[in-house]
Amino acid sequence: MDAFYASVEQVAKPSLAGKAVIVGGIGARGVVATASYEARVFGVRSAMSIGEARRRCPNAAFLSPRFALYRQVSDTVMELLHRLSPLVEPLSLDEAFVDLEAGPHGGALDTDQVTGIAVRLRADIHAATGLTCSVGAATSKLLAKIASEADKPDGLCVVAPGAERAMLDPLPVRALPGVGPATGDVLRRAGLDTVADLAAVDESELVRLLGQAHGHGLHVLAAGLDARPVVADRDAKSVSVEDTFATDLVDRERIARELDRLTIRCVERLRAAGRSGRTIVLKLRRYDFSTLTRSETLRGPTDDPGVVRETIRRLAAQVDVTGGVRLLGVGVSGLADFAQQDLFGAAAPELGEPVEAEEDTGAETPAEAAPERLSWSPGQDVVHEEFGPGWVQGSGVGRVTVRFEVPGGRPGRVRTFAITDPALRPGEPIPLPALDRG
Amino acid sequence: MKFRVERDVLADAVAWTARSLPARPAVPVLAGLLLEAADQRLTLSSFDYEVSARGGVEAEIDEPGRVLVSGRLLADISKSLPNRPVEVSTDGAKVTVVCGSARFTLPTLPVEDYPALPDMPTAAGSVEGDVFAAAVAQVAIAAGRDDTLPMLTGVRVEIEGDMVTLAATDRYRLAVRQFHWKPEADGLSSAVALVPAKTLNDTAKSLTQGDSVQIALSGDKIGEGMIGFEGAGRRTTTRLLEGEFPKYRALFPEQSETVATVETAPFVDAVKRVSLVAERNTPVRLSFSDGRLVLEAGSGDEAQASEAIDATLEGEEISIAFNPTFLLEGLSAIGSPVAQISFTTSTKPAVMTGKPDVEAEATDEYRYLIMPVRLSG
Repeated sequence: MDAFYASVEQVAKPSLAGKAVIVGGIGARGVVATASYEARVFGVRSAMSIGEARRRCPNAAFLSPRFALYRQVSDTVMELLHRLSPLVEPLSLDEAFVDLEAGPHGGALDTDQVTGIAVRLRADIHAATGLTCSVGAATSKLLAKIASEADKPDGLCVVAPGAERAMLDPLPVRALPGVGPATGDVLRRAGLDTVADLAAVDESELVRLLGQAHGHGLHVLAAGLDARPVVADRDAKSVSVEDTFATDLVDRERIARELDRLTIRCVERLRAAGRSGRTIVLKLRRYDFSTLTRSETLRGPTDDPGVVRETIRRLAAQVDVTGGVRLLGVGVSGLADFAQQDLFGAAAPELGEPVEAEEDTGAETPAEAAPERLSWSPGQDVVHEEFGPGWVQGSGVGRVTVRFEVPGGRPGRVRTFAITDPALRPGEPIPLPALDRG
Repeated sequence: MKFRVERDVLADAVAWTARSLPARPAVPVLAGLLLEAADQRLTLSSFDYEVSARGGVEAEIDEPGRVLVSGRLLADISKSLPNRPVEVSTDGAKVTVVCGSARFTLPTLPVEDYPALPDMPTAAGSVEGDVFAAAVAQVAIAAGRDDTLPMLTGVRVEIEGDMVTLAATDRYRLAVRQFHWKPEADGLSSAVALVPAKTLNDTAKSLTQGDSVQIALSGDKIGEGMIGFEGAGRRTTTRLLEGEFPKYRALFPEQSETVATVETAPFVDAVKRVSLVAERNTPVRLSFSDGRLVLEAGSGDEAQASEAIDATLEGEEISIAFNPTFLLEGLSAIGSPVAQISFTTSTKPAVMTGKPDVEAEATDEYRYLIMPVRLSG
């Protein structure tokens, strides 16, 4: 999907059609999740800090993400993909591989037929959601992915069998999966800039530069050989949760408390998936963005919150947090479907029970009070008793500005209220209108 | 300094003393082995600030003296010498080792920089060497092996009158052994210590030659905790671990719903066979029903195995799963022809004890508590 979150917002909010839209964390610490193509013109990119994005494109609409709606739209799109083939491998909410050979069209597809299917798919997706997407079709996942990026946005690129080399050769090495900044630098220093350069060198040369596994893998990919199958249900390899804090945490006790909270969330997700894990991972990003992970591998897999908490606390005690911590994460990997019971974990407090109840309530009061205060985040759905549904355009100095419009309607009017206006309450996202659902 | 000693006697003594030499010494002299010759006796010492070892052997002393040489090198040399008398002498800053026609010249380390070995704590009592070694081995197997929880890498030694209790746990199993000893010092009727499990096990094994092992514990008032062992002319001390050992007695279930009795040898064989398909320590599942124990491992698309053996059961039937390594180590540690296992539920710890035959009463001399594996779904 092209600029997925931003495009959904543009369809859902008629006044934003054709305007620069930036979806991301709106707080001081936020980053851009997606920028619409109108905003990209100003150099706004995903993962850029919101502050930087505001400097580059001050007139854009900055919106908080509405994941529930994106998931709903994603489900609609994925359902369309499932009509093509049962083998659909989602990479994220807005990206998926489809194995056409496994579908009703079968294995005897030629280039024209594939193009036909892709054209119909793009039309169907647009009809169902009003959104555009880019489709790449090829004989392997590697080339399909590259093809899908070749003609973005709203594009279609079919790589005919035999045309793979011509497609790959001129691309920079960074276009290959697994080549990031570090590998890219190593290759650049060796004079390897394009995929053609890579394909021309011996495997032994790449192994010498990058090590056995990586060198071999890259040699194969550069040759355009990619036999990875499309896997419908990819098993999770780890379960993790993390939080970025509005202000850096400096107090060890506060850090410990946040870690306990993350541990409980992580274990709840682990248990919900019916899994357990052996390796407990602590992730920590310091005030200067230096990020580190510390892990400990237990002798047996666990899903015991007491054990995970103990381990995380032990890992956290080894880390220098001078200067403050902006992000904390707790993860479990090495997943299994059985749990080695622990003599002491079992005696620890059960899931969800606060460890030191008294201290918790005392210290958490200011933080817990925050959600009670009425706050309106930009992009949020609201309903006004008199004016009906709309969305928050901005909020500050005791006021909130709301634009009253609905998906599929005409751009609506803007009104400003006191943030405490009793007629205004949070609303539910309104589904995108199907232009032609038949 | 100059002395002559039999090759076997020297090699044995050097090997024992060099055992605890640090691989990466904090200061260079700690890599040394101290040789002291006096009064027809050769004394060998090593120390790494944690563990000290000192042993003495009869030797023909021509000229008394002390010298410090690389322990690792002396151990390698002495064990590969031909079986002839060995003559060791100093020559300025060098030590010469001559055995038959083989001749070695070693540099010495500055003996004046070598730290004094800690004194043996006041003797507290004694126990037969092989009883002690067996008891320590039974318990040390359950001790933790990584340093993340340092107190779990120790064996807790509790002395109460003439009874000694050893306990160790790595949080997945807990082994407890009791034995009698002969206390010597009055006023040391009760004491506790946390001894590094690996050192304790090595020490206990190396002191089985003598009839009895003296155990000496420095009391709280002497400051830093230390435990000493002495037997057959050898003595070793080790620093105690700090930290609170878990309150383990309460972990044993008060009552059991099911008691199974199984012959140990066929049980061990069956677990070993079935767990061949239990990759990465996936669990072995045990189902006890009247007269029968069915063992299974592996699931789903992976390799699977099952086997049935005889078992006697009192109480409810039970299905329970264990890490095969923990199960096998327990079965081996009970060291008895028949294993008795008591269960409460499939998620609560099981307790293994040994008995000499099926009809006999199980004793509480040694208990191995093992936490089960919970299977999801």
